[in-house]
Amino acid sequence: MSLAIATDGTTPRQNWLERLGAGHIILAVVLVLYPLVASDFFLTQIGGYSLIFGMMGLSLMLLAGYGGMVSLAQITVAGIAAYAIAILGNNNSNILGFGWPWWLAVPFAVLAAALASALIGWISVRTEGIYTIMITLAIATATYYFAQQNYAIFNGHSGYAGIRAPAFWGISWRDPKPFYYLCLGLAVLSYAAVLYGSRSTFGMTLQAIRDNPRRMRALGYHVTAHKVFAWLLAGVIAGLAGVLLVWFNGRVSPGTIGVDAAIDVLIIAVIGGLRHPIGPFLGAVVVILMQTFAIDIVGAERFNTLIGLVFLVIVFVSPDGILGLWGRIKPHLAQESLRPGS
Amino acid sequence: MSLLDQPSSPSLSGGGMTRRQAWGLVGLFAAAVIVWLVFAVWPDWLNAILISKKAFVSAILNGITLAGLYFLVASGFTLIFGLMRNVNLAHGSLYLLGAYIGYEVTSRTGYWLLGVAAGFAVLAIVGVVMQVFVFRRLEGDDLRQTLVSIGISIVAADLMLAVWAGGTYQIATPEWLDGALTLPIITAVRSNGASVFLTYPLYRLVVLAAAIVIGVGLWLMLHRTRVGMMIRAGVDDRAMLQASGVNVHAVFAIVFAVGAGLAGFAGVVGGSALSVAPGEDVRYLLASLVVVIVGGMGSITGAAIGALLIGLAEQIGLVYFPTYGIVLTFVIMVVTLAVRPQGIMGKAR
Repeated sequence: MSLAIATDGTTPRQNWLERLGAGHIILAVVLVLYPLVASDFFLTQIGGYSLIFGMMGLSLMLLAGYGGMVSLAQITVAGIAAYAIAILGNNNSNILGFGWPWWLAVPFAVLAAALASALIGWISVRTEGIYTIMITLAIATATYYFAQQNYAIFNGHSGYAGIRAPAFWGISWRDPKPFYYLCLGLAVLSYAAVLYGSRSTFGMTLQAIRDNPRRMRALGYHVTAHKVFAWLLAGVIAGLAGVLLVWFNGRVSPGTIGVDAAIDVLIIAVIGGLRHPIGPFLGAVVVILMQTFAIDIVGAERFNTLIGLVFLVIVFVSPDGILGLWGRIKPHLAQESLRPGS
Repeated sequence: MSLLDQPSSPSLSGGGMTRRQAWGLVGLFAAAVIVWLVFAVWPDWLNAILISKKAFVSAILNGITLAGLYFLVASGFTLIFGLMRNVNLAHGSLYLLGAYIGYEVTSRTGYWLLGVAAGFAVLAIVGVVMQVFVFRRLEGDDLRQTLVSIGISIVAADLMLAVWAGGTYQIATPEWLDGALTLPIITAVRSNGASVFLTYPLYRLVVLAAAIVIGVGLWLMLHRTRVGMMIRAGVDDRAMLQASGVNVHAVFAIVFAVGAGLAGFAGVVGGSALSVAPGEDVRYLLASLVVVIVGGMGSITGAAIGALLIGLAEQIGLVYFPTYGIVLTFVIMVVTLAVRPQGIMGKAR
């Protein structure tokens, strides 16, 4: 397994601009200026939505790429944050709704998501390898059925509606532009945190545990604690994404955290690539563009067939997703450019 | 032999047996309590706690028959997973496809048994095709196999929705399976002294009987035939099996055919007892996952125990705490993972 992208440490003693890299700076400028050219639809339905699902994919990438634990429960973790916002804050379903202000509800929602994620992690790290995917899928499915059955906490089939993004600092964050920047800000923050974290001591240890847990255990590392902590961190990112998602939709129901959605997050992360934190965001843009425009090609009915086939092709052709494709094409391009000269 | 001789392996010393005996006693006690609960006429206080005897015994019977269905689906899943390390997340789709095929064949020919046979045969072929053309290409890469099976399940669910739409179907059962059976279980005693006996649908008992017959058949196949020997050897050590000259691909194909065929069979049988609708695939996939996690991979006995636990938990939960029923399933899974991560009958690796 090549770790070229995931772990190559940049050489120290560079100024911060060089350390950021040209790619990141260009990307940041494009993303910041995007609202100038994009319509409201492209801003929220494509831009904001991709960033939200990119964050969920990022939380999966953190676990799968650095920890070797492929989880299907990231949407469940995000859903817990979303439900927490609906329950702690205001909703118009006349059930629960404690009416907490956003600055109190959001930290608690994210905390709840992180703890739930750590719990899921603690359960699933009892076993190894492919079991994780089974256990997390079972947890995701069970949570979905639970949310559907239970009226006291989850308000059953209909869930909660009428959840509004807050307005503070004189800005209504529900409007397209502020909401886009809110998503962008949080996405960049989590992206940077994951990138930084992957090169920290903890990140390195986690990757070493992924590659050889027995050796790390023999060296005296607490393997389980590291893995569960990774789940906690992933839970924070997924929880933030869940908060944004419930503000974006204005409602949350069992359908939000269904098995389809859980698989969507996995598809996004796999199509984008699990080797680098940018992968999930790339995958999210591709999948959501397809979701939006495939309707014109194959009709709304058969969208899942299309996305399933694309997913199958990606898994067969390039296990590392679009990033992997790019990594394979890049050397060829470089050679092409050399050819005329030689 | 003193304990000091083998300080590192307490399971080999006498402690293991007594613990096993203790568990045996607990099991016997639980069985005795259940037998008493089922056959005795309940005193009033018990009726007050557990709603009514009829509700309780029905829940138990429903749970056991549902467990039979879950066992049929999950036994294929656990064999495939145990032998090939292939988590076939399209297993629920195989169930649903089997149910649809059974519906089509039964409603066109009018023969229910033909529908059952078709469900098994078609899905067995589908299973072999999946193994040969898809999973064999990705051998040894279990994550990609799992991802591919997810992709297949998405496409399959969507295509089935395209063909059979979103409606609910019920497969018509033949007349000789209709009707109800009066069981020698007294649910209540009327004021005039007459006993009220429990009646239960005959079909569900037939499903249970079929599951038991197939379970015993599978066990015999695994433990008494040459192919079964190869399969068991493959579950334990695939590389060694290959090295001893066995064509493992043929064994894989057989297991996939049996596993997928059983899922299809369960689809027709389950579609006759319950109903066929989109979304059922996820339900049976969840059941298979939990059964394998609880029972341990590659073990038919484990699948039977797991299916029994999950089926009972689901039906008892449905009667006694309807909105928290699924939590019971969840708790069973978590407790198993906490106490015995490899599953009840699973082998530690």
